[in-house]
Amino acid sequence: MHKTTLEKANSAESMFSVSALNVKNKKTQKLYSVLFLMMTLLLILPVLVILGTLIVKGGSMISIDFLFTDPVNGMTEGGVFPALLGTVWLVSLALLVSVPLGIAAAIYLSEYASDNWFTRIINLAIINLAGVPSIVHALFGLGAFVMFFGFGTSILAASLTLAIMTLPVVIVSTRESLQAVPHAFREACWNMGATRWQTIRRVVLPNAVSGILTGVILEVSRTTGETAPIMFTGAAFFLPFLPQGIFDQTMALSLHLFVVSTQVPNVPEALPYAVALVLIGMVLLMNSVSIALRMYLRGQKKW
Amino acid sequence: MVEKTVVDTEFDRVVKAQKCKIEVNDLTISYAGKAALSDVSLKIYENEIFGIIGPANAGKTSFLKSLNLMNTFDANMKVEGDIRFNNRDIHQLRNVYALRSRIGVVFPLPVGLPLTIYENVALSPRLRGIKDKTSLDQIVERCLQRAALWDEVKDRLNSLGSLLSGGQQQRLTIARALSQEPEVLMLDEFSIAVDPVTTMRIEDVLKELKHEMTIILVTNLVQQAHRLADRTAFFLDGKCIEIGDTEALFNGEVKDPLTLDYIEGRFG
Repeated sequence: MHKTTLEKANSAESMFSVSALNVKNKKTQKLYSVLFLMMTLLLILPVLVILGTLIVKGGSMISIDFLFTDPVNGMTEGGVFPALLGTVWLVSLALLVSVPLGIAAAIYLSEYASDNWFTRIINLAIINLAGVPSIVHALFGLGAFVMFFGFGTSILAASLTLAIMTLPVVIVSTRESLQAVPHAFREACWNMGATRWQTIRRVVLPNAVSGILTGVILEVSRTTGETAPIMFTGAAFFLPFLPQGIFDQTMALSLHLFVVSTQVPNVPEALPYAVALVLIGMVLLMNSVSIALRMYLRGQKKW
Repeated sequence: MVEKTVVDTEFDRVVKAQKCKIEVNDLTISYAGKAALSDVSLKIYENEIFGIIGPANAGKTSFLKSLNLMNTFDANMKVEGDIRFNNRDIHQLRNVYALRSRIGVVFPLPVGLPLTIYENVALSPRLRGIKDKTSLDQIVERCLQRAALWDEVKDRLNSLGSLLSGGQQQRLTIARALSQEPEVLMLDEFSIAVDPVTTMRIEDVLKELKHEMTIILVTNLVQQAHRLADRTAFFLDGKCIEIGDTEALFNGEVKDPLTLDYIEGRFG
């Protein structure tokens, strides 16, 4: 008797024989996996090219001296110390403002606020704040902190501008880590007679801290490279002295890179590459810390 | 001599001698306008195991949640009606947290908090302000022992409670509830994620605990209610169909044939 195709395909022998369709499926599957692998490799390419170029062209200038001496001779020689220090100043002060604020806001939104039109507007505002271009933030900082509050072009004004800019990142990443803590833990605590705050402090925060920290470190690496927001608000083209306090101007690595690559004549070709290498080195260092931290904390997963 | 006109049954006399622990009248619960429980009135007496049986969506869990005012954490949940705890209206409470700490809750899925075993049990005493290490040690040991978990974990009190096996976590949850020194213990289908052996151990624990507290046992295992409960209520589609002495119900003395159908597994 003649079997139908379906019967044949479902019969026991089909497992031990190969049909034309099987061969075709296997080929297509192979093709797609190779295609997607190629696309993934393509992503790594820019990273390699950028790092490679910087190291080849600027690597020779990098030394301890380069990191810890002032630029001299119209910024065509010497090191990047004031810019490096300035970046550290700006980023730390920005964090000091944005981290507590952002975490507080995220805790409110995730743990206290109920889902109503008010919180939806807040969420919308946060998303929009994250989408504001950095040059607009720069102008806002100039108007608000430099002029309105009268901080002048200073580390304070620049840091506050950076803080405002990175606030949404902190809020979103913190809120996500808080919400990754299962709701059942909260309910168990509430049922025990714990207040919302006791629950947050004893159970939610300790288990969200890894995610919050990684978010913060990623934010550091982003802030480090920002140029536009600090250009108008606190970073200087060149300063012959180091800042003495938060109301002084400062040099910053990102702006320094812009300056030596476009604004200063007779700069040796390797210098901008070396500055860029220091900048990217800082960012990569931060990211590595973040990744290491995440791996360490994920290793001790608690549920 | 005045002749006694009303002859109480044995059961009625026992019940009347008992103090009323929880009383609800015309309790109606709804989620965003959709009723989950309507017009339930019942009394739960001190030191009894009060079983609640019924299929899914019967409003059993909502009932439990209303008793310790968990609706304050759920904006959608609306509770109407009169709930009395120790004869006092709980809606007039000044301190909700104190009420909740008097009621221990055990959930369907074990919730070992991501703290050490020790801290899981010590959390509630700590929340009440007990800081003294020796007192905490005592409470932890006593509660774990009463929950039949002590022997298995006494050597690793500092390992994570959330990494224990399901059955152990459920007993940890019970130990945690006991650390509240509760007057009422509410168990919501505690055995669905627990193996039969552990279930039996927990059931034995509950029989002991009954002498010290009131137990409300929501269960989807009819036989579990039969084994444990003194009185059983049958909930169906947000209504309390019937409340009665467990033995009587299982002997077929029901007012509503639906109850018997459910008990005997003829439900569809």
